[in-house]
Amino acid sequence: MNDAHIYEAHDLKHDEGQLPPENWFDRSETLQKLRKNKKFPTIWCSGCGIGIVMGALIRAIDHLGLDNDKVALVAGIGCTARMAVYMDFNTLHTTHGRALAFATGLKIARPDMKVIAIMGDGDALAIGGNHFIHTARRNMGITALVVNNTIYGMTGGQYSPTTPLGGRATTAPYGNIEPPFPICDLAIAAGATYVARSTVYHALELDKFLAEAISKDGFSVVEAVSYCHTTFGRLNKLGTATDMMRSLKDNSIAKSALDRLPPEEQAVNTKIVRGKFIDTDRPQYTQVYANLITRVQGGEK
Amino acid sequence: MAVKLMQGNDAIGWGAIAAGCRFYAGYPITPSTEVAEILSRELPKVGGKFIQMEDEIASMAAIIGARVGGLKSMTATSGPGFSLMQENIGYAAMTEIPCVVVNVQRLGPSTGQPTAASQGDVMQARWGTHGDHPIIALSPISVRQSFDLTVKAFDMSEKYRTPVILLADEIVGHMREPVELPDFKTIKIFEHKVIESPATYKAFRNTPDGVPPLAPFGVGYRYHITGLFHDEVGFPTQRLDEIDPWLERLNTKLEKHMDDIALFEEDYQAGAKVAFLSYGASARTARHALKLARAQGKKVDMLTLFTIWPFLEKQVEALGERVDRIIVPEMNLGQLAYEVERMVGRKKVKRVVRANGEMVTPQMVLDAMEG
Repeated sequence: MNDAHIYEAHDLKHDEGQLPPENWFDRSETLQKLRKNKKFPTIWCSGCGIGIVMGALIRAIDHLGLDNDKVALVAGIGCTARMAVYMDFNTLHTTHGRALAFATGLKIARPDMKVIAIMGDGDALAIGGNHFIHTARRNMGITALVVNNTIYGMTGGQYSPTTPLGGRATTAPYGNIEPPFPICDLAIAAGATYVARSTVYHALELDKFLAEAISKDGFSVVEAVSYCHTTFGRLNKLGTATDMMRSLKDNSIAKSALDRLPPEEQAVNTKIVRGKFIDTDRPQYTQVYANLITRVQGGEK
Repeated sequence: MAVKLMQGNDAIGWGAIAAGCRFYAGYPITPSTEVAEILSRELPKVGGKFIQMEDEIASMAAIIGARVGGLKSMTATSGPGFSLMQENIGYAAMTEIPCVVVNVQRLGPSTGQPTAASQGDVMQARWGTHGDHPIIALSPISVRQSFDLTVKAFDMSEKYRTPVILLADEIVGHMREPVELPDFKTIKIFEHKVIESPATYKAFRNTPDGVPPLAPFGVGYRYHITGLFHDEVGFPTQRLDEIDPWLERLNTKLEKHMDDIALFEEDYQAGAKVAFLSYGASARTARHALKLARAQGKKVDMLTLFTIWPFLEKQVEALGERVDRIIVPEMNLGQLAYEVERMVGRKKVKRVVRANGEMVTPQMVLDAMEG
């Protein structure tokens, strides 16, 4: 993909402490996807990875050249879900865990729209786990963007369905004893037609995966691995946001690189695997329903 | 249209079609399931869409999502499912997204008695979700009225941007009566007209009638909808100068329109000192008792409420001034009687209640006139 616009956006902070150039906001087509009438800064802690995911999402939508009017962002509740309000699309900030159920209604009402559900790990997989697998099963034409920071950040650091075994949380003071959900495996098993994972360190890769996911007709999932230095990092002595960001670089491996390793090494891999795990097609729900209407109106009993 | 034999739940389904409902999401539950069955069959014929969701929480979410996309939407359920829907009913009230929630009440609490009738969700319909909010609930007493009130429910939900609860019950829902439905083409439902440009559109602004027009997603009005306290364009806010005017509008918008929202029937006799006040299936009992009492030469007033919420304070207060005693039969332990007592005082109110799945009998109502 053409990355020129990305570098243009990056141009903003090439020198720490330097003020942005005049009219920098208006000069960037990508930044036009942010809401001008929304008060910034964001609610996120300094150093948070969620803003990077938001940047990737905006760049992906910009890259695809989508009409802003035809894009809907449906978010649940949590740090990640607050993302929707900052972007100049049709944005629906719903209840905890239910983004995909709201998105399902919206997609059925507006099959012409690109509907993107924005959720954190707790939002998508704990309280919203049932909706996640059923939306995948139906192959509803929605992109699920799951930002996985392995913790409930907004409520102060309780363990989530993706907290690693042994990880400390405010509700796991002796270490987490529950095995985590592998989000991508779950999505594939439930029937998603596109599933990919990257991290907030690999922002350009996130751009690419998000653009591919959004351009799919069926249910697509992108897991954006992030971190929460404010809660998980503090409780587990993982250092600053920079340290945790570096750890995503050091402790992740591209799927293509993993595939080249001997099977015995692959079997013991503990690194986060980045890559596209499935990219397939099967009939998308709203299209199947449109066909049903045609059949019924044609007189079929 | 020809006279047909149908049950209340069928009439609700047809009422939805007639009102222009084009999206239904639901989860099977006795005794409401016929509503889903009829709409799964009929909606595609008129280009509408039906989906059976994974639970009632998702169903409620989906109908809100579909209405945000521009389709008039409905779900139907019963007590346990209604409990699950409560959080998102609050979301619809908060975000002022129109939708219709049919609750064919069954005996509770908990699983209770799925096939037994009840009016046990009167208070849940009003206060089931957390926080203060406006809500409309309508309760039909016959099959034909199940149709009419479903149409009204859609009209009011659109006009006032609020969820409307159709508080049916197992008796009316499963009761079969011969009905003649009106020509659907004659049915008119309020339609939102947005005249502002996308640049000036404010989905939650104050208007003289308290109800700003609603633009659907996908047609150029890009805006934010949130269950958080928000300002007039929909952005979250914690500023009291932004919250207070909006909250004032939200919580008083129905009061301004009570003349339109209040549906009831007064059957009053000069000189009556006792009145029956009821709704839903229990109103049928009360009307039967009324006939028996009047046949014995007694003077009795009868007030039937079709609008349950907002409570018809004006009408009930006036009735309290006419008579010395108001007898309130209902199939719960006195949920609506609380409201009547609030208006006319406890001493004037005689509850005739039953919450075991059986109907209140006309004799129980007549006995209450004596005691």
